[in-house]
Amino acid sequence: MEIRKASLICTLICTQLSLAAAAWADDPRAKAISMIKADFSAQGSAGVDRLEQDGLQAVCTRSGNKPPPAIARRLEQDQQAGIRYPADGKFLGDWRSGEKIAQSGSGYTWTDPPGVPAGGNCYNCHRLAPQELSFGSLGPALTGYGKTFGNTTEVQKYVYGKIYNAKASHLCSIMPRFGHVGALNEQQIKDLVALLLDPASPVNQ
Amino acid sequence: MKRTVLFCAAIILAAIALATSSTAGAKDAATAEFEKFRDVLEEDNPAELFEMKGEELWKTKRGPKQVSLEQCDLGLGPGVVRGAYVAMPRYFADVGRVMDAERRIVHCMVSLQGFKPEEIARQPFSNASQTPEQTALVTYVAGQSRNMKFAIPMNQPGMRETYEIGKAVAAYRAGPYDFSCSSCHGDDGKRIRMQELANISSPEGAAKSVQGWPGYRMTGGVMLTLQWRMNDCFRQQRFPAPNYLSDTITALITYLSANAEGSLYKGPGIKR
Ligand code: HEC
Ligand code: HEC
Repeated sequence: MEIRKASLICTLICTQLSLAAAAWADDPRAKAISMIKADFSAQGSAGVDRLEQDGLQAVCTRSGNKPPPAIARRLEQDQQAGIRYPADGKFLGDWRSGEKIAQSGSGYTWTDPPGVPAGGNCYNCHRLAPQELSFGSLGPALTGYGKTFGNTTEVQKYVYGKIYNAKASHLCSIMPRFGHVGALNEQQIKDLVALLLDPASPVNQ
Repeated sequence: MKRTVLFCAAIILAAIALATSSTAGAKDAATAEFEKFRDVLEEDNPAELFEMKGEELWKTKRGPKQVSLEQCDLGLGPGVVRGAYVAMPRYFADVGRVMDAERRIVHCMVSLQGFKPEEIARQPFSNASQTPEQTALVTYVAGQSRNMKFAIPMNQPGMRETYEIGKAVAAYRAGPYDFSCSSCHGDDGKRIRMQELANISSPEGAAKSVQGWPGYRMTGGVMLTLQWRMNDCFRQQRFPAPNYLSDTITALITYLSANAEGSLYKGPGIKR
């Protein structure tokens, strides 16, 4: 049912997109896409199927990451509908494991050995535990996150959802959809929620 | 002599700093060490050795046809190397397409000297044990544009379109992490961990991003070209591998170089 709804919306958007493309056959974007399709080869775990855009990627690319609000809201709802929350209703794992996952930047590149689990890459983009000085700045600093927003079930659920699929609340976010693509599993996401919210976590010291 | 000793000391210290960069704190130290020694390193850059090797390769009769590259036309006429690097990518009428420096040099190796493209593509980039000949050649050609300004001939046929395609490639989001080039390089002053990310859409950022390539990379001690940089960023983007010397890469390099228009190219550099 959800899938049918999603694919219907996708079809609608894709039709609009291909109409737009047909209207301007010289579109450099259309040429870029056919160039990309011709110019890559599978390597390691990275197959050429990765060059295909899903509906969200296409909409964000086409709109320069600023989709019309109405479309953004529809597509965010679709992303939200795909989030699978823990069956046990518990969101908080172990912040120690969470810290390890947040540190790891491995996963999905053609040089990553097959079978090695993907990391969270969180420190690549966010400041988290204050004593870790090697942090990126593509995303906002999350230091003191639990201290600021509290550790209520509501906040836990929001953070779980954010890590599972960042695009459910911000369609063209730079942040990957870790749960949606299967990069992180339920337990890993719970551990990361704990890293952000557990009062004992270094993030909240 | 004194310079050489100083240089060796700098290399060793920088290498130690990099080697010990396994912990996060040390990574910052590594960056700091690198910054500290960058001046010394740049003064006596190992890239110069590759420039010399490239010059020798350029002038030697080689390949199945036993000719030198001295008749290679890099866009300013057969045999003209000076100033050619900062004026590529450009349109080459003989092949009817836009080519970047590395692609044109390989084209000359194939068309003039008779080398096989598939053999050249077998090892496109340097590794610990071997530097491909075309890497040394690119370094030589680039060195011949030292202290000249980027002047990409955008009025030539196909250049504007190639630029626009490159821009669209840089915005194309796909793969498991939904990344495009712009995800990491679309804003000023951003970092991945401690690594600063050039904003390739701005003139200053683009100038930074093409500066110092080809570059001698401290990590691994290898000489690498802009073609390699594009390849490795697609790896970080979680894309499959771009084919060596493909149109997509030429388009991206055109986009970067044209955005860097007018900035001063300081020659083959040194990279962390
Ligand atoms: C490629 C960069 C990138 C990576 C990797 C990344 N994030 Fe983010 N993150 C962002 C950006 C950009 C935002 C702000 C836009 C948004 O809300 O999606 C963000 C937002 C967030 C927010 C919401 C903050 C708020 O105020 O509501 C949380 C929580 C978060 N990230 C946690 C994480 C965790 C945990 C990880 C590791 C699993 C992670 N991020 C990995 C870029 C990233
Ligand atoms: C996931 C993040 C990420 C993505 C996506 C990405 N890059 Fe990079 N890029 C980096 C990092 C990290 C560096 C290294 C910066 C350093 O060494 O300080 C870099 C370096 C570069 C440089 C060299 C800059 C310099 O100062 O020497 C260029 C040029 C560049 N990238 C272009 C691109 C292009 C074009 C794309 C799209 C094909 C792209 N990048 C995609 C992270 C990324």
